[in-house]
Amino acid sequence: MGVTGKDKAFVHPYMPNSVPEIKQQMLDELGAGSIDEIYKSLIPDDLLYKERLDLPEPIVNEYELKRHVMGILNRNITAEDYVSFLGAGCYRHQVPAICDELNMRGEFLTAYCGDTYSDHGKMQAIFEYTSMMGELLDADIVSYTTYDAGQSVSSAFRIALRAQAAKGHDNRRILIPSTMNPEIRSQALAYCRNAGEIITVASDPQTGLMSLQDLEEKLKDGGAAAVFYENPSYLGFFETQAEQIAALAHRYQALCIAQPEAASLGIVESPLNLGADLVCGDIQPLGMHMQFGGGQAGFIACNQDLGLAEQFPTYMYGITKTGQDGRYGWGRAMNYRCSHGSRENANEYFGTETGLWGITAGIYLASMGPQGMYELGETILQKTSYAIRRLSEIKNITVNLFGRSNFQEFVINFDQTGKTVKEINQELLACRIFGGKDISQDFPQYGQSALYCISELTTEEEIENLRTALTAITERRQ
Amino acid sequence: MGYIRTDRDFHEARWDEPIIMELGNPGERGVMIPLASEHIIECVGSGESLVPQGLLRKKMPALPEMSQMQVLRHYMRLSQETIGTDINIDIGLGTCTMKYSPKINEQMVRSPKLTELHPYQDERTLQGILEIMYRDQEYLKAISGMDCVSLQPSGGSQAIFANVQTIRAYHEANGEGEQRNEIITTILSHPANPGTAATLGYKLITLYPDKDGLPDLEALKASVSEHTAALMITNPEDTGIYNDRIRQFVDTVHEAGGLCVYDQANLNGVFGITRARDAGFDMCHYNLHKSFSSPHGCQGPAAGAQCVSDKLRRFTAVPTVEFDGEKYYFDYDHPDSIGKLRKFYGVPAVLVRAYAYIRSLGPDGMKQIAELSILNNNYMLKKLLTISGLSMPMAEGRFRMEQARLSWEQLTEDTGVTTDDICRRIVDYGFQDYFASHHPRVIPEPFTPEPVETYSKDDIDEFVEAFRSIAKEAYENPELVKSAPHKAALASQIDESGLTDWDKFATTWRAYKKMNPDCAAE
Repeated sequence: MGVTGKDKAFVHPYMPNSVPEIKQQMLDELGAGSIDEIYKSLIPDDLLYKERLDLPEPIVNEYELKRHVMGILNRNITAEDYVSFLGAGCYRHQVPAICDELNMRGEFLTAYCGDTYSDHGKMQAIFEYTSMMGELLDADIVSYTTYDAGQSVSSAFRIALRAQAAKGHDNRRILIPSTMNPEIRSQALAYCRNAGEIITVASDPQTGLMSLQDLEEKLKDGGAAAVFYENPSYLGFFETQAEQIAALAHRYQALCIAQPEAASLGIVESPLNLGADLVCGDIQPLGMHMQFGGGQAGFIACNQDLGLAEQFPTYMYGITKTGQDGRYGWGRAMNYRCSHGSRENANEYFGTETGLWGITAGIYLASMGPQGMYELGETILQKTSYAIRRLSEIKNITVNLFGRSNFQEFVINFDQTGKTVKEINQELLACRIFGGKDISQDFPQYGQSALYCISELTTEEEIENLRTALTAITERRQ
Repeated sequence: MGYIRTDRDFHEARWDEPIIMELGNPGERGVMIPLASEHIIECVGSGESLVPQGLLRKKMPALPEMSQMQVLRHYMRLSQETIGTDINIDIGLGTCTMKYSPKINEQMVRSPKLTELHPYQDERTLQGILEIMYRDQEYLKAISGMDCVSLQPSGGSQAIFANVQTIRAYHEANGEGEQRNEIITTILSHPANPGTAATLGYKLITLYPDKDGLPDLEALKASVSEHTAALMITNPEDTGIYNDRIRQFVDTVHEAGGLCVYDQANLNGVFGITRARDAGFDMCHYNLHKSFSSPHGCQGPAAGAQCVSDKLRRFTAVPTVEFDGEKYYFDYDHPDSIGKLRKFYGVPAVLVRAYAYIRSLGPDGMKQIAELSILNNNYMLKKLLTISGLSMPMAEGRFRMEQARLSWEQLTEDTGVTTDDICRRIVDYGFQDYFASHHPRVIPEPFTPEPVETYSKDDIDEFVEAFRSIAKEAYENPELVKSAPHKAALASQIDESGLTDWDKFATTWRAYKKMNPDCAAE
């Protein structure tokens, strides 16, 4: 018998015990004739699935598997292939090589819920992430990562509701701006439906800013557990009344919750220093690729206010002393708050969230440092302002609809062109440009408008190309 | 030949890395970004001039100032103090399905063809990723027997949350939304089941195991009523005991007008052997980062799938991905949908890995996952149960599915060494610590291993021998185990009061420093 006579049993590279001899040894140890015999002794016959799973035949070698999968993925056209002006909650920034390098390390990539002693390094890395976020936000308490900003905002609303109820201030209303991110708004509505009532405060039709008059009327009439604002707003402009909003909220015993943009905080003040009680948002800009929206991860933070902290639903990684002087250890602190610690009596549910992105954001912040974060904010401000200036030269469109100062995003209105955003974006696509996010459905009051996004990666040439393309498109008749 | 080694002189890297906030020097830089050109700055002025009055940051954030190599080195060292699945026999973290995450799949999801996609791009530029999502949905229908799949959930718990929202939407559509306000679950089901139900305002009824280790059917019968919204149950539960009366559970709840939801975080032992729909369930969910091989990433990013039967299709989380014969597109046409669960479309990298994984295994390979995880588990249990002081309560003498909950109760009685002590000591042997139990500990001194299909017989033998050795230590020198760990990165035990006392609660270095002003000098 030569080598060709070898048994051809199918042994998959991911399953060592599919080798027939080994499988047999294991069955012998159990005194079982076959694996079927084991599970058929447990599962009633009428529940057994007797057909072959309706799945395609396997591609067992890596070369062909990669050719197949990449063959499909290569049909995508990316923001690297074309020029993108899309943002609206998912942003293209520089991702430092060491972020990718370190989050590919098998130790971080494949660890899970190991604790204080097995995963000392992971626990330290997560604590360092929350510590650096604490500096960026000027916050003493920072949560473990949540799924995304939407989850953080939704949970922040419920934290406020519970904290207020615990103080005997039983008001279930949460006041939000009318320009809020529509996807997060809809998520929060569903998430808070049985816990609170979400009420929209009017905004000034010209400036987009929250109407302080309407806010005060709503606070006077029915009070609120909390008032929420975004800074910059979803539509890109700064909410310049941050301090007044917080002061009004506090005057009527409401908490103030704010969602800042992480990429702005090197140069823009943290809402916590402008009177906000809770801040929440996304860390995707801090070292995560867009990944078709999969790079999102959320944070919730506040000052050392234990009344708020005990209402957090997430894990919290606490630092503690050890038997050795000057050496620290970490663990999940005050865990009874989480559903893992007390099931239905917990604050909210909690599951596997986005730990790897927390560690990655820490690596990003350590690499950028204060100067890098300052320059990031500064550069985005400058390039955004420049883009608005250049695009404003195009006739028949209104660039920066609200005429305000913006961070990274601004609205362009196309009403005077006689074309819809959809039509314009189709024509831009032919010029290898992803035009801004169409907001005409979510904000019909602003007509045919799109939200354009600029980042530190946007070049002058790209802005010129956009200007040229938009000029041609808006001058061209249908 | 083989891999087994029982005399490893393991010692985890111990770098004693300072907290990063204490590293670096003023002025050092780790990375630069593309700044605005001089021309742009001439046109628009400084960044500060563009920040509205009152919003300009007053004080720079006190972030570390470090050069790139020094940042890299710090984190490389922290990674060496972390025991990922790639470097250990990760059987201990039962219920977590710590299988091999194929590197080829990792290479593919790191391609710019995925990483540089924006979720709001025109669908014509997204045909590749949409095709993968569509195919994933089709495969999950085949695996579950369900009729409609949504890949929107960010993780298993959010998928369970979507299922509870669907329960509510279904009863509301029938005019019974207020009346049906109770959800029944079991104490050995994952805490996300009661957690999500309570988050949405449901009253919980919890079933406890009977003498066979199965949820008590009589208790279920006594619990159902016109208030029953649903049963949320897993099978097998964390005990690995297959509930062979599951159809009676489902029928009982259906007769009372409730829905039945199957938590399939435990899918690894039932691929191709039994399906949720065939047992009568209306819905189930999958943790795509577990049985479908995505790396667990220090707790995420994960992804979930919501799988429903035809009668619940109209409530599903939107969008699903459909194919019209020419192109793939997002379908929002589920008239009574619970809506979007989150911004964008779930966690696509996990969906691509799941796709590649299913394609690399095929129908027989997928079933073999279940078969070998059942074989591995029962082989491991046979060997583990020869260790002094270790037992497997409930359903004695019966095989288990893919995992099991054991108990060190006898060992604790004999020696005073507890499961928490052993959990620390196992790290000294080069293993990840193990999962004792979800809260509450129904089984005393619990230990829940799960030897998935990617572990070899030798791996299992080495794992078992490590515990045999620790049990021996417990009987001969209990202090050695109680004072563990000795060879881990952290060489001494922590002061637990730092984690359980609000006065010491610190989640950031700045908070800790405020409470302990001298700490930097320690």
